[in-house]
Amino acid sequence: MSVRGTAAVVGVAELKPTRWTDNVSTIDLFTQVGLAAIADAGLELSDIDGLVAHPMAGVPMLVPSTLIESMGLRCSFASTVDLGGATGAAMVWRAAAAIAAGQANAVLCVTAARRQRRIEAPGPKRPSGSGGVGGKDTSAWAEFEVPYGNVGANIGYAMIAQRYLHEHRATPEQLAKIAVHQRDNACVNPDAWFYGERITVDDVLNSPMVADPLHLLEIVMPSGGGAALVVVSPELARKLDRPKAWLLGAGECTTHKTITYAPSLMDTAIKPAADRAFAQAGVTRDQIGLASLYDCYTITVLVTLEEAGFCVRGGGGRFVEEHDLRFNGDFPLNTHGGQLSFSQPGLAGGMSHVTEAVRQVQQRGGERQVKDLSFAFVNGNGGIMSEECALILGVEP
Amino acid sequence: MSHPRPGRASVVTRPFWEATAEGRFLIQRCGACHKAAFYPRPACPHCGSAELGWEDACGAATVHTFSIARRPTHPKFTGDEPYVVAIVELAEGPHVTTNIVECDPDDVWIGMPVELVFDEVGDDGYALALFRPT
Ligand SMILES: [Zn+2]
Repeated sequence: MSVRGTAAVVGVAELKPTRWTDNVSTIDLFTQVGLAAIADAGLELSDIDGLVAHPMAGVPMLVPSTLIESMGLRCSFASTVDLGGATGAAMVWRAAAAIAAGQANAVLCVTAARRQRRIEAPGPKRPSGSGGVGGKDTSAWAEFEVPYGNVGANIGYAMIAQRYLHEHRATPEQLAKIAVHQRDNACVNPDAWFYGERITVDDVLNSPMVADPLHLLEIVMPSGGGAALVVVSPELARKLDRPKAWLLGAGECTTHKTITYAPSLMDTAIKPAADRAFAQAGVTRDQIGLASLYDCYTITVLVTLEEAGFCVRGGGGRFVEEHDLRFNGDFPLNTHGGQLSFSQPGLAGGMSHVTEAVRQVQQRGGERQVKDLSFAFVNGNGGIMSEECALILGVEP
Repeated sequence: MSHPRPGRASVVTRPFWEATAEGRFLIQRCGACHKAAFYPRPACPHCGSAELGWEDACGAATVHTFSIARRPTHPKFTGDEPYVVAIVELAEGPHVTTNIVECDPDDVWIGMPVELVFDEVGDDGYALALFRPT
């Protein structure tokens, strides 16, 4: 069994990220970007019979029905995915699986995030709870991580980076080059947050150290936004006179929540996910014309290049140094700028790696179109390298 | 440093937290596969057995990895930066999140031998397990 031939992505839409989304609800953003993706697919509301969304602050439960009601849909398949940054990629193969199981024909996969300015409410301050940040969290995280400040992604990825640099050789310049070339890509993407703002390796290395060894310009900036796509059956895909991105392979692996309890900081869940996706697709690494790799930090890209099999373990630094990672280079990487330059609109940040791969495979990359592209590899990464999902998309089924 | 508190311990984790007041760091040992585990769980994460017993960790550990937080990772740590957040490997095997204290953050290195030191028992009756260079 394989996902190959089960589905194609035909419609895609994305909101331009914004620093703040004052007075807009997440459901409004979901609805807006979801409708845009349906229109892009050339479909009507009544054609959509599947919906995959995600839980979020403000709507922690009953997300699908809330959204189905808001958009005016009627669905025979409705679900959420809760895999952090891997959510977008994970939605795609779940949609394909629902189609293959005969439960749906056209599935809308939608991600969105609002970003509210923090406004101090008048009146007495609410107590922050006994555990502070983890006060309402009843998982082990509140008891065994929060008291020591192992909170947020920066410190977790910084600890991965420190261990990587202890075991392997990579220079700060090599890591910085990832951010620089992705910024060059963002400079041909008007929707990217940092469009038009080129940076150099020195800029990255001179930016403030946030958590050793991570500099500010090696870290994503949060934003508000949304991204959506429509996954359809092969029959419907062929009927539609639209460019398609065929789903050829998928793989997923989850091993831990907190990095402390990861089976290994170096043997990540990226590898089994990628290996399964490549095996399903029957495609080799050297056939991949675009790598769309989750990039919350530069170290995430470096580790993913190795773990997904594009270079050997420990060879990521040299690989980055030897290749041109720009859209017109010899190893196009994150041609939309990656989240490092596009910004990270919540889970729509992870989805941006999928939407860009879809656009590129559809040959709709515009000025930044990768030439002669047949296959794209996507990696979604959630938590602190906790949840990994790999996809391979192709021009032909 | 004024640490955030661990919140309300569960039935499973309470023995661990209560032991911290006596200066003891408890890990779990599986009666079926004999492997050690941390943090306290209702069943062994290695084999699924519920046959878990408590055991005192000896307190010796090595730094598995760490980072220096140059910006606070929690509001309670505001003003304490730079401080070290680390994963240490206990002599018994399990990995534990902690802070490396009683040394300059820039002097911490991976593989550094460290030892357990508890901070003061808080109002909640629990002490936090920190580590310092041996
Ligand atoms: Zn066991």
